[in-house]
Parts: sequence; structure tokens; C-alpha cells
Amino acid sequence: MVEFFTNTNLGIVLLILGQCLLVLLPLLVALAFLMYADRKIWAAVQMRRGPNVVGVFGLLQSFADFIKYIVKEIVVPAGADRFVFFLAPMISFVLAVIAWAVIPFNDGWVISDINVAILYVFAISSLEVYGVIMGGWASNSKYPFLGSLRSAAQMISYEVSIGLIIIGVIISTGSMNFGDIVRAQDGNYGLFNWYWLPHFPMMFLFFISALAETNRPPFDLPEAESELVAGYQVEYSSTPFLLFMIGELTAVVLMCALVSLLFLGGWLSPIPGLPDGILWMVGKMAFCFFIFAMIKAITPRYRYDQLMRLGWKVFLPMSLGWVVIVAFLAKFEVLGGFWARWAIGG
Amino acid sequence: MISADIQTVLPEIVLALFAMAALLGVVYGGKDRLAGRLTSLTGLVLALIALWIAYTGEGTRTAFGGSFNDDGFARFAKVTVLLSAAAVLLMSRDYMQRRGLLRFEYPVLVALSVVGMMVMVSAGDLMVLYMGLELQSLALYVIAALRRDSAKSTEAGLKYFVLGALSSGLLLYGASLTYGFAGTTLFSGIIEAASDDISLGLLFGLVFLISGVAFKVSAAPFHMWTPDVYEGSPTPVTAFFATAPKVAAMALFARIIHDAFGGIVGEWQQIIAFLSVLSMFLGAVAAIGQTNIKRLMAYSSIAHMGFALMGLAAGSVLGVQAMLIYMAIYVTMNIGTFAFILSMEKDGRPVVEISALNMYSKREPLRALAMLVLLFSLAGVPPMVGFFGKFYVLRAAYDAGLAWLAVAGVIASVIGAYYYLRIVFVMYFGKESEALDGAMPVFQWLMLMGSAAAMVVGVVNLFGIEPLAAAAAATLVN
Amino acid sequence: MTVAAFVFYVFAVTVLLGGLMTVVSRNPVHSVLWLILTFIASAGLFVLLGAEFVAMLLMIVYVGAVAVLFLFVVMMLDIDFAQLRAEMSKYLPLALLIGVIILMELAMAFGVWDFSDGFATRIAAPTGEAQNTAALGLLIYDQYIMLFQLAGLILLVAMIGAIVLTLRHRKDVKRQNPVAQMHRDPAKAMELKDVKPGQGL
Repeated sequence: MVEFFTNTNLGIVLLILGQCLLVLLPLLVALAFLMYADRKIWAAVQMRRGPNVVGVFGLLQSFADFIKYIVKEIVVPAGADRFVFFLAPMISFVLAVIAWAVIPFNDGWVISDINVAILYVFAISSLEVYGVIMGGWASNSKYPFLGSLRSAAQMISYEVSIGLIIIGVIISTGSMNFGDIVRAQDGNYGLFNWYWLPHFPMMFLFFISALAETNRPPFDLPEAESELVAGYQVEYSSTPFLLFMIGELTAVVLMCALVSLLFLGGWLSPIPGLPDGILWMVGKMAFCFFIFAMIKAITPRYRYDQLMRLGWKVFLPMSLGWVVIVAFLAKFEVLGGFWARWAIGG
Repeated sequence: MISADIQTVLPEIVLALFAMAALLGVVYGGKDRLAGRLTSLTGLVLALIALWIAYTGEGTRTAFGGSFNDDGFARFAKVTVLLSAAAVLLMSRDYMQRRGLLRFEYPVLVALSVVGMMVMVSAGDLMVLYMGLELQSLALYVIAALRRDSAKSTEAGLKYFVLGALSSGLLLYGASLTYGFAGTTLFSGIIEAASDDISLGLLFGLVFLISGVAFKVSAAPFHMWTPDVYEGSPTPVTAFFATAPKVAAMALFARIIHDAFGGIVGEWQQIIAFLSVLSMFLGAVAAIGQTNIKRLMAYSSIAHMGFALMGLAAGSVLGVQAMLIYMAIYVTMNIGTFAFILSMEKDGRPVVEISALNMYSKREPLRALAMLVLLFSLAGVPPMVGFFGKFYVLRAAYDAGLAWLAVAGVIASVIGAYYYLRIVFVMYFGKESEALDGAMPVFQWLMLMGSAAAMVVGVVNLFGIEPLAAAAAATLVN
Repeated sequence: MTVAAFVFYVFAVTVLLGGLMTVVSRNPVHSVLWLILTFIASAGLFVLLGAEFVAMLLMIVYVGAVAVLFLFVVMMLDIDFAQLRAEMSKYLPLALLIGVIILMELAMAFGVWDFSDGFATRIAAPTGEAQNTAALGLLIYDQYIMLFQLAGLILLVAMIGAIVLTLRHRKDVKRQNPVAQMHRDPAKAMELKDVKPGQGL
């Protein structure tokens, strides 16, 4: 039986498909509850109740929304480029999902353990801009187009600093594999071995850039309701809109996973002695998502020029400078190799 | 190993660091207010580096696994490039400042393009060659379009860029074919692979490579961009185009055909002879109808490139030596001529019409005389130095058994003499017309007089560049 | 046919198809999208070659950044492409002729292609045991360090050029100075006046 899955072509394909489903299904179910959690947290901050009608405490709200979305009529604006119009949400969704192929949830629990995993995720997330820009253009309408241009500029700007921050982590680890990166954060002091400490300021930069990259508040300019109605999504309805929304939320969760893996030790336990495992990973992701949701609830939206200024004039120089600094710290093994963990990781 | 390598490329590193430091310093220190001083300083630094290379360089060294050569040939070319770039920068300051064209990026870009040229002439690898060439060209594209509110300057920049990109494409294609044949991009490996029997593929690669470089030296039939770019660019930039990049590209040409394809002289000799004949005749004939002196200088430079290529076509030590001497003389003449063109203005506006020079000799006899000497030298009239340049290449071609090429060269230079002499005629015997402004900035005056004097005094022993060029050529061809 | 061969043909056909559609598409935005598809498929080819690092860079740099800017420009362009096309069709016969000639020449060259003697020894890649990203790093930062730095200089020139040719300081635009804003204090910025009823200031 084991032979069938490891040796025959059909078996390997089936095995991979099975692994994909194993990641995808829990992820999508989790998304439904994360969406609910997002709204509940938001409501709680504003002293409202939030969704509380469908199911116990409104737990099934997302599923009700889901059904509503898919049974509605799909409206295509006149003059829209039909092919691109439908391609855009699909790209947005597919890209958000395939990035998970290289995310490990526990030591070795990963669909594809490639050695350039972090670059792969970065590449995929840099492609996500296409969903936005194509959607805005294909709608053949002013607001979506303006929204998509803004959003594309924003996503590209913050990608630069995300890339540079990632380079710092890669330098410290000497590998681009997530497994290696997490293992390099293992040590005797639990959470003080994780990269958030040696890469302290960068973790926050990464987090803020992730907010901008995923178009979350306070950087949700692309869909700024007050100016652009809803940005690139204005003309979308029904399932295409749902795909956009799932894609966006999946990207947010992916960023949570990235923060957990890069800076918070992935599946490692924060307290020495406790066993490592998938629960820690999930817990860290949930924690990150909570922060995402809180930020959405408590911060006012940035103005567009402030956003661009922050990206290019503050984050880019800081992260670039940090790459240089960390290269020196790692090369000369300052503090006994605090920044140079090649022996443990790569 | 790395420290020896760095020592070999130290002049390039110093110049690049200077350019970057200058950029930073000026951006934070005052921007365009410092542009004039920075221009002079850059000129000075270029000249100093030239002296440094000339006095300390000796022997033949290679760096980075043979991809960079520091030999006599490279040094000769580098010194010529650096000095001519320095001269152009020094004399362009005043012109550009008065027209509000002087941006602080101009000297920085010139310095960076000179770095590219220095890398080009030292290249020992197709990749290094390409990098040097691109660094050089990219900076040139930008300074061609420096006067951006003028449609002509923008057109010049765009045209140069598009055609330059095309030629880079040709060159890259040739390089990849060559790599496909030889299995290496190192010149030392290519010459080993391309010794006697070569395949059709390598021949294609060779032709593409030569076409790409021929574009950069503006040899016919790859010359189409030259007149428009010369005319559209600001005059100091034109002066720069006519001097340093031409030397660098010509040296690169020699480098490729001797260092990489030295084993198959027969294959490229006819191609280069063809380019040479075509350039000489095209330059000579097309210049006749020109009324704009910048366009005329463009065609003149095409013709001169034809002569320099004649030296290369010989495929011998003597040929390379003749080419080097020719280029050194050509650069000197052009700097003088452009110093004069820079000073041509009426009511504070630059004038480029030849007819504006009517009866110039009456008002400015000394300058007219200097110009006369330069034009005679450009035309190759004995006993000016320009004649000796032509004489060397003709002799090299004749010695190499290309007598027909030498004869063609003589005929072309006779035809070409007509348009140079026409300017002289206009200056001395033209109709009376409105006068040009009299003032001439001191640097331009010095350059004009200096190069004119050199054309006369140099007859004695060519300032001793002959043995230097011979030694340089000997290190390249063996 | 092995899986690798099958995947190769899928990617290769996609590359060719994408390239062709880039040229023949009527809509320039579609052209760019096809171009992106071509990039992605060639990244796939790189992965098949075992050059996963190059593949990812191709995705990040070309698809993720360069092509986006391209798309920006093309979307914003106000050019009558129909007219351009009409213009182009005038030269089409000549262009076709040149294309066909070059194609024939290349076919000739590749038809009789032979490698030089000792090709194999010269082309041998100087890599040791290191996995391929590390090996690439060793090559770029050691043997080809000069090329790497030159490439940096070229990019610097490109950047200076872009700024020189496009930056215009507009005097009529109000700019925000965040530092100045943060250092404003109420005492200097405003003044309280007690206005008596019935009187102005």
C-alpha cells in the first residue's frame, strides 16, 4: 500500500492531491470563522454585538453569507473585458491558495519542502497585485480603475521592504527553507531564541508592510469607501466578489503564517520544556490575526501620500540599512552568533 | 587573489567611487549651484587618473580570472579616453552654464560613462565587454537628451537609445552564438576554440558582434543615428560623443578581433575592409551638402572611423598601431574643432550654420588661422599631423596586401577634403555678413589654440606617441 | 513520455503561444498579459532545469515588478493603436522579408552547427557540492564580482537618467513637511481673541 503511494505515478499524484486537500479544507473552514472573528472583534471594540443571528452566537454567519454570495446574479458591466473580468478574481483566489504549498505547520508537515520556499511565497504574493489591477481595468469604470492603480502602486511599494526584511532573516539562517528558518530559532531559551528579538524592529516593519500588502486597514486605500466607493471591487458581485474576498482574507492569513514562521518560531514552543507542535503554530497565527483585526478596529485610515511616503522614505531605508547591519552582525558573529545561526538552521 | 584583482581595476574603482561620492555630496550640498565647480573638478580628476595610469602602469596583468586586462593597449586607450573626456568637460562648463543646461548630473554621468569605456577597452570576456558597453551607452543616451525642453535634443536621445538598444541586441546575439560555439565567454578561451577551422555558427556570431560594435563607432552602414544625434544634442555633449566613446569603441573593436578572433584574421578582414570603404566614401560624399557644422562633423567622424577601421582591417601590429595613432590625432583635432564650434554664437545664442562664418578671418584672424590648421589637418593635407595619421593607416593597409583599400582611402580623402576646404573658403573669401560674437571663454580658446598648435608642432615626432602606440599594439597582437 | 518531458512540453508550448499572442493581440493590455504568461511559463522551464532560484527571481522581478509597471504604462497610454497598426501594415511586407531571411540564415547556421574542439572542458560549470542557490552566490560574489558591481553601476546610471529626464520641481504645488507639522505648537499656530459682541476685530 505504501509502495503504491511512493512509487507509482498515479499514487504520487493522489498523495499530493490528498495533502493539498488536507491543507485546503481546514484552511477554508478556518477562514469562515476568522471572518466571523474579525467582525466580532471589530464589533466588540465599538461596543456593538456583531453578527449574532445565524447559528449559536452567530457562528454560522459566514456560511450564510457564502450561500448568499453564490446564489446571487452575476452582473457584468457593459463594455467590460469579459475574459479579464472573470480572470481577475480567479487569479486572486488561486494565488492566495497556492502559496500554502510551502508553508509548514509542523516539522516536516509541508506539501512541498523546496529550498527556495520563502522566495516562492514572496513571488506568489508579488503576483497578487495582478488580480487587483486586472479587476480594476476590466471593469471599464473609473472608480475601480483608480482604485486598482492606487492599490497596485501600494502593493509594489511595500513589497520592496518586505523583500529586504526577508533578506535579513535569510542572512541569519543561511537558508531559504521555512523548516530551516524555524529550526534556526530553536534553542534553550524558548521564545527568546526566536527571530523577533535579534530582528526586533524588523518584525514590526514586516507586520505593517503586511498590512499594506494585503490592503488591510489602516492601509485599505484601494477600497476606501469614502473616496472610491469600494475600489477595484465596485463592479463585482456574487461569486467573483466572493473569490476576491476569500483571496484577500487568505492572503491575510498567509501573512500571519509568515510572521509566525519568520519571527515567532513557527511550531516551536515558547517555554522550554513544553513539546513543540502544530498547536503552537496555529495559536501564533490566531494571535497575529487578532492583532490584524484589532488594528482594523482601532486605527484611522492613512492618506495616500502619507502611505507612499511611509513606504519609500521610511521603511525602505530602514529595511535596507538593516540588511547591511545584519550582514555585519552575522559575519562577525556578534554576541556569539546571535544573528548567525547557520550551524543550527542551514 | 582578490586584492591583486582589485589593484588591477583600481583606477576604475576610484573613478566610480568619485562619481558616486560627487553625486551624494552635490545632492545634499547644493545641487545645481555646485554643478559648475563639479564639472571642473571631474575634468581634473579624469586628467589626474589619466596621468596616474600613464605613469604607474606597466606590464600586463589580468584580473578576475582573465576577464579584465590591464596591458599597454588598454592603458593607451584609457589615457586617450580620459584626457579627451577631461578636455571636453573643462570646455563645456562655460557653454552649458550660460545656457542654463548645466545640471550636476552631467559630470557624474560623464564620469560613469568613462568608467564604462575604461572597462570596455580592458575587457577580456564577452560579459565584461557588454557590461562596459552598456554602462557607457546608457549614460550617453541620457546626456544626449539633457536639454529636455528641446524637441531635437529629446529626439536625439530617443533615437540614440532605440538604435543603441538594437545594436546591443545584435551584439548580445553575436555573443551568445560565439558562446554556443566556444563554450566560454573568455576571450582566451574563444581564441583557443576559433583557431583555424570554424563553423558557420561562429561566423554568424562574429558578424553580429562586429555589427554591434560598428554601430557604436558609427561606421557605415550602421551610421544612421550619427548626424541626428550630433545635431540634436547640446554641443558639448556632441563634442563628447565625437571623442572619448569613439576611441573606446574602436579600442574595443581591436580588442575583440585580435584577442578573441585573432586566429581567424581572414574571416573578419574582408568585413572590416568593407565597413571601412563604405564609411570613408559615405562620410566624404554625404558631408558635401551639409550646411550645419554639427552635422558636417558627424559625417566627418564617420569618414574618420572609416580610416581608423582601415588600420584594423590590416590585421597586423602595424595596423593596430596606426589605428591608435589615428584615433589619438583624431581626438585632438576634434577637441580643437569643437572648442571653436562651442564659441560660435550670435547675440548670445549658439549658431551652427556654416554660412555664419563668412569672412571670419577679417575679424578674428588668429582663431580663423587656428581653425584653418585644424581643418587642413582633418582633411589630411600635408604637412599637418592629420596627414601622418592617414599615412600610417594607408601604409598598414598596403603592407597587409590591401592595396585596393589604400587606394580607395586616398580617393575618399581627396573627395572629403572638399568640404573641409569649403569652410576655409567661407572663412577667408566668403561674402560679407553679420558678425558672430567676439568673446571666447579661456578654456575653449586654450583648447582651440593648443590643438591647432599640436597639429603643426606634432609633425616633428608626433609627441612621441608613435613608439607608445607600437608597444601598445604589440601587447594586443601576438 | 516521462512526467518531466510532458511538463516541459506544456511549458514550452505555453511560452511560444504566449510570445505569439503578445505580438498578435489587438489589445495592448492583453499583449502584456500574454507576456506575463510567457514569463511564468519560462520560470517553469527554469524549475525543470533545476534552477529554482533563477525561476523565483524571474517571477519576483519580471512578473511581480517590471510587468506591473509595463501594465501601468500600457493602461494609461492614449495611443490610437489602430492607426499605428495601419502604419505598420505598410511596412509589413518588408518586415516579413527581413524576418524570413534571418530565419533562413539561422536555420542554415543551426543546421550545420558544430561545437569547437574542447567545448566540453571549457563549458564545465565550476560548481562543487553546494546546492544551487549557494553555488550561484559563490559565483556572483567571487568570480563575477566585477560584473555584479558593474551591473549595479548600470542600474545607478539608469536611475540618475530617469531622474534627470523627468524630475521637474514644480513651484506651484504645496508640499507637506511632516517634521515641520509635528513641531508646530498651538501657542505659535493660533491666537485666542476675545471678541466683544457687536464689534469686529
